[in-house]
Amino acid sequence: MQIHISTNDGVPIYLQVVNQIKFLIASGRLAAGAELLPIRVLASQLLVNPNTIARAYRELEMAGIVEKRRTNGTYVSEQGSPLARRERVKILTERIDALLAEASNLGVELDDVMKLVQQRYASIQSTRVNQSLQNQE
Amino acid sequence: MHDPFPSATPPIVDIRRLSRHFGEKQALNDVSLTVPRGGVFGLIGGNGAGKTTLIKHLLGMLKPQHGTVQIFGLDPVANPVGTLGRIGYLSEERDLPDWMRVGELMRYTQAFFPNWDDSFAEELRDAFDLDKNARVKTLSRGQRARAGLLVALAHRPELLVLDEPSSGLDPVVRRDILGAIIRTIADEGRTVLFSSHLLDEVERVADRVAIIHQGRILLTASMEEIKQQHRRVTLRFETTQDQPPALVGTLSSTGSGYEWTYVCSGERIQLHRAAEAIGATVVDDAALSLDEIFVSRILS
Repeated sequence: MQIHISTNDGVPIYLQVVNQIKFLIASGRLAAGAELLPIRVLASQLLVNPNTIARAYRELEMAGIVEKRRTNGTYVSEQGSPLARRERVKILTERIDALLAEASNLGVELDDVMKLVQQRYASIQSTRVNQSLQNQE
Repeated sequence: MHDPFPSATPPIVDIRRLSRHFGEKQALNDVSLTVPRGGVFGLIGGNGAGKTTLIKHLLGMLKPQHGTVQIFGLDPVANPVGTLGRIGYLSEERDLPDWMRVGELMRYTQAFFPNWDDSFAEELRDAFDLDKNARVKTLSRGQRARAGLLVALAHRPELLVLDEPSSGLDPVVRRDILGAIIRTIADEGRTVLFSSHLLDEVERVADRVAIIHQGRILLTASMEEIKQQHRRVTLRFETTQDQPPALVGTLSSTGSGYEWTYVCSGERIQLHRAAEAIGATVVDDAALSLDEIFVSRILS
């Protein structure tokens, strides 16, 4: 559970924790049913106030992304998957918006952007195939 | 500012209208401050702002010239035994007896504190890699701070007071100090008050913050309120402006021509309405780090 806190950009720390845990779940690095680090452990690891971590976990719990089980521990919800999908779309949308803005600044037309995306996809796929072939040898 | 969780328990620290001068210099000017039980309270201010003078009043080392100071509901000057035994204190100078060995320092300090926890003290000594037989005089600056921290923590005080704990220390020792603060409040009901000018540290660990400047408290609020109530907005005007047009709550402003950036106190919606009212569009709007808030408060 890798989380990185920055105090330079003004985003409240609890929100940084919430966003990064959402990201970890959406990207599959925290699977449904996985246990989050205990509040004190994460607080000591990140060197932030335990109340801040507790606040972040509460937000995630209210959003149904994680759940408390009995008294011990906080776990990624089993029904977290549709939410994770929505979160994935949201993350991608932000990236796409940034890409489109950049393309527009550079004067690249949408058609060309689409072509480039497909080229990159093909190139990445062929690298992957080569790698897995090599691994099999 | 409104406290959403008024606590039934009396505050750990209750300072009312405290003033103090040293000769001509007014060190504290009509300071009122309460520190609730539990959590971490960050006292922030530049050099000579009055932080250390304030802390010395809490420990009964200075007697109020005007106003009152209460700690655990007691006057620390009249009740040193009832208050000091419940406080762990690390001074900025980390004034430890130089001639003692670390082991002697631990035994010596233990004698003052009935609640001294021997196994916790040993655990800390081990974690801080302090040699029992080393003389305090020979310790590096970082090891000296760790030794001071050890004797401040080992009696598990109700209130831990740290005056500029990180000043002049390397990042590794600073991690130890932040870790100690976090461990202290992770134990139910204990309270930490620390002064600092290293605002990224304060932002990480403090629940509540007071900004002190030239002996006055400029602002005291929860970290969340402070973050919510300060923003940096960039406004675009329809015509070029020679001076930044007045915006409600402005602490500082920079810019030229069509675009001006303001650091303001006020919530997001209020600021957007105020911008609209002076005929400007908000082109950028961001939350601020504690560092930026502090600087604009001090300079305004």
